This record gives sequence, C-alpha cells and structure tokens, in this order.
Amino acid sequence: MTRSGFVIANLLRKRTRTILTLLSVIMAFLLFGLLQSVNHIFNAGADFVGATRLMVQARVSFTSPLPVSMLPKLEAVPGVARVAYSQWFGGVWQENTPLFVFAIDPLRYRDAYPEYVMSEAQWQAFAHTRTAMIAGRRLADQYGWKIGQKIPISSNIWPQKNGSKAWAFDLVGIYDGKDEDWKKRTNVAFINHDYFDEANQFGMKGAANFFILKLSDANRAEAVSRAVDAMFENSPDETKTQTEKDFNLGFVKQVGDIGLIVRWILFAVFFTLLLVVGNTMAQSVRERVPELAVLKTLGFTDGSVLGFVLAEAAALCLFGGLMGLLLATTFGAMVEKGTGGQFALRLDISVWLIGIAAIVLMSLAVGLLPGLRARRLRIVDALAGR
Amino acid sequence: MSESMVQVRSVTKVYERGKQKIEVLHGLTLDIPRGDFVALMGPSGSGKTTLLNLIGGLDKPSSGEIVVGGSRIDQLSSGQLAHWRAHNVGFVFQFYNLMPVLSAEGNVELPLLLTRLSAAQRRKNVAVALQVVGLADRAKHKPRELSGGQEQRVAIARALVSDPQLLVCDEPTGDLDRKTADEILGLLQVLNREHGKTIVIVTHDPKAAGFARRTLHLDKGQLLEQAA
Repeated sequence: MTRSGFVIANLLRKRTRTILTLLSVIMAFLLFGLLQSVNHIFNAGADFVGATRLMVQARVSFTSPLPVSMLPKLEAVPGVARVAYSQWFGGVWQENTPLFVFAIDPLRYRDAYPEYVMSEAQWQAFAHTRTAMIAGRRLADQYGWKIGQKIPISSNIWPQKNGSKAWAFDLVGIYDGKDEDWKKRTNVAFINHDYFDEANQFGMKGAANFFILKLSDANRAEAVSRAVDAMFENSPDETKTQTEKDFNLGFVKQVGDIGLIVRWILFAVFFTLLLVVGNTMAQSVRERVPELAVLKTLGFTDGSVLGFVLAEAAALCLFGGLMGLLLATTFGAMVEKGTGGQFALRLDISVWLIGIAAIVLMSLAVGLLPGLRARRLRIVDALAGR
Repeated sequence: MSESMVQVRSVTKVYERGKQKIEVLHGLTLDIPRGDFVALMGPSGSGKTTLLNLIGGLDKPSSGEIVVGGSRIDQLSSGQLAHWRAHNVGFVFQFYNLMPVLSAEGNVELPLLLTRLSAAQRRKNVAVALQVVGLADRAKHKPRELSGGQEQRVAIARALVSDPQLLVCDEPTGDLDRKTADEILGLLQVLNREHGKTIVIVTHDPKAAGFARRTLHLDKGQLLEQAA
C-alpha cells in the first residue's frame, strides 16, 4: 500500500457518493470546455482579419441597405484603394440546410479580399456570367458541388420576380483560403450582385448591406473611418465605419455578449460545483474524525493529515476535470465532423490550460476548509468524540 | 527491569472547558521500568486515560516532566511529538480504531508509510506482525469481515509493526467477551515476556489487571498505591 493508495481507498469508501460527485465535476468541466470553445469561435473570427479593410454600414443597422451610388464618393476618400460591396442573400440548400450566400460585385470583391484564392479565369467567368455563383472549398466539398453544375437554392427572403422562391445558379468557380484561418472561412458562396439586383421581386435596386473599403495604408484606418462617417452625416444614409475586426465582433454581439453569457453560465456552474464537492469533502471529513485522529496517533503530522484531505479533493477534481475536458474535446470533434467543419468546436491549448488552472483552484477551494479542520483536530478530543 | 522506561515527575493536567478549569492530575509522580507490564485502574474520571495519553505523547502536561525512553516528550513540539510517536510507541484502543477501507494488512502497514522501508520490506514486516498475533490467514480481510477479537489483534499488530518498546492500551478488552478478552490479554503478556515490550494498560476489569505484572490505582488524579 502507498499513500496514494490510501487516498484512493478513502475516496471509494462511499462509492455512490463519490461517483455522483465525480459526475457533477465531469459535467461542469464538459460544459466549461464546450462553452469556452463556443466563446472562442465567436471571438476568434475577428483575430486574424486584416487591418487594411474598413466596413461601412448604415448607422442604424447593417440590415438597412445603403445605396450603391455611394461608391464614387467612397472611392474618392484619400487612403481608400478599392471599394467592394456585399448584400446578404441567405439561401437554403435542399430541404432546410441554411447557407451563407452574399451578392457581390465579383472583381471588386476579388481586389478587396486577396486572401480568397481562385484562378483569374474563374473570377472572370464569375464576373461575366450573370447567373454565376462561386463557392468556398469547404462548402463545395461538403455538398459535393462541382464546377459547371447548376446549383438550386431557395430563398425565403428574396423571391424572384415571378414569385418563385427557387433560384438556380451556375457554379463557375471554387475559391480557397490563402492559409489555415482563411481556409476555415471557405464555407460561404457568392452570387453576382447585378443579377440579384435585377431578378429579386422587391426591386431593391442598387443597394448593399455594407461596403468594404480596402485601404492603401492600414495606419490611415481611423482617419478614413472618420472621413467617411463625416461625409454622410445628416444625410438620409448616415454611416457607421469600423475596422473589419470590430465589425465582426459587433456582428456577433447582435446575438448578445457571448463572452459575458458564457462567463455567467460558468460562474453558476462552478459555484454549484463548489457547493456540491465542498459539501462532499466536508461530510467525508466529519465522518472520519476518529480515523483522522488515529492517523495522528500513529505519527502522521498535522500537515500530513491536511495533505491527505487535499489529495482526496485534488484526485476528485483532477479525475473529473480531465474527464470532462476530454469528453468536451471528443464531443467538439464530433460536432466539427458532423457539421462538415462549419462549427469548429475545438478545445485549443488555452482552454485546456484555463481548465487545469480551474481544477487546481477548485481542489484548493473544496479541500482547504475540511483539510484545515482535520489539521486542527486534537487527538484526545477526537478520540473521545468531543 | 531496573532501567526506567517511563518517568513521570510532578505532572499536573488541567483541561479548560469553556471558562471552567478542571485539574485532572495533581502533581503525579510515577516510574515504569523497561519491560514492565502495568495496569492502571481507578473509577471513571480518576485520570487513567489522561495519564495514558500523556505517557503515549498524545497530549501534553500542564506542568511537570515526562521522560519516555530517555526523551523529554513534554518539551517536544507537535511535529516532533508525532515523529516520536511513530518510532517509539504503539497504541491499542478499546474500539480497535481500524481503517474500515483498508484490509488487515493495509491497516498494519499504515505506520510503516512513515518509515523509509521499501514496499517489499514493509510487506515482510506486516506478515511477521500478523503472524505474531495469529492472523496471517486473515491478511486480506477488511475489518468488517473480522470478529471483535480479530480486529483487536489487527490493532495490536499495527501497534507492534514498527517495533516500539512501549505499548499503551486503553481498555483493550472493554469491548470483548471474557474468552476473547483473555486471549488478547494473553497475547499482551506474551509480547511483554517474550518480546520485552513495556506495556501500560488502562482497565476497569480486575481480571484484566491480573494479567499485568503490577497494578496502579488512581483516584481523583492521584496515585493511591502500588499492588504487586
């Protein structure tokens, strides 16, 4: 027998209680892992985007379209090298699979986003075919789309002029990302803005949800941003101009402050866990007062007895915590595979490190009070049941 | 049996219960030679267990000196006292106080975790201790699978395994029937006579005291007499 064997034997004293406590630790850390990766997904989207692009949207909301006629004025702002625009189309593939589809001006978009890699011939085909569509590599791979195919997509927002919700586009190109981060963003399809403009029932002519300003110098972002917003101040189309990173974060925050929501949920989960495991440890020490006194009688020091209690708490939290994080990793990988990589629920190293720090803190929080009580036990009082 | 194993000099012990102070031992002086087997008797509240706890280093006197095996244990810190207990004294309690989660051999091995012995050596010592108490065949059994007498034998093996010179036993037969009690007391007698252990037991039972070499009577915190 070893000291660790003794700790494990004590943990298994009341198996049902230990298993239930362990399950609560596992569940808490599973939730922690998944929520942290969700939070990471929502925030990470903005981490790698270039600082050389500004996004211009209507000041009220990006759902209010801006007229494409603003284009020459935007192009004239000093520091702006190229202007692209984009209109949300949405779209549903087959029965009910929602897609990310935007209507764009192909060549302007190509110039604004050199991170999207596609042959020039395909860009030209996209620009010169009114019913053309290009798809990202991940999207094309997910649905087995091939260049030359007719892709039927329905839209609940934009019916055609004849009232039909069914649209059909010619797939003329498949773009890829220049690196791993951009490859992850190849789950979007683009259609020709001119065609969309003509064919949609609502006659929403010459409008776009946002403009993308490609800057000649990233250091001028703030000046350009101020200049654009000042130019359209007090006009019917007041603008809000921000960096691409801020735009992405702001987009996410339309849903809510995911980070704050995640923090509050985790606070509630860990607070409950603290009570559950803390109570288990306290009860376990209360039940064993005479045994702890016997340990001291045999020559174990006060510090050793404190160590035994802390080790039990640590074993419980460590095993449960690591199991929870492992399950979250496995579950995340399954979700990523199941969604064809669209929802990359990955536990990266930072989540693991925070998780391990939480395990250590949790072990101390639940083990320290009962451990100190065990440490303070006076042998003669404990043996006498006082 | 001439050399002193235990020397108690003018020891008083005062307990504080809230604002009340209770003096349990009043300037008690006592010598127990090495190899002796002493029974402490007396009515409840006479201070027997308090004296035993002081001799075993489980508690400290309020005043006076206690020397056990040449060490002034009343001057040791809590940590030093724990270390001293691990190497110099074995304890046997009325209710055995075994660890229910450990087997008999696990319980006996527990004090050896405080030594530098290898796992193999520990196992060997445990086997010898269980053999001495006649429980070699019950090594793998948990306390709940043993009778009261067998549990007390395991407790004695645990007290013996680190080879202390002094055994202190608080009512070791108080929870046992007559026959089993006699077996346990016979075992203590063997340990005293054949292995040279100095043994101090606290008991209410005159028959149990009869197994000792001598009996000391306490009353109201003072030693009354010495009976051969």
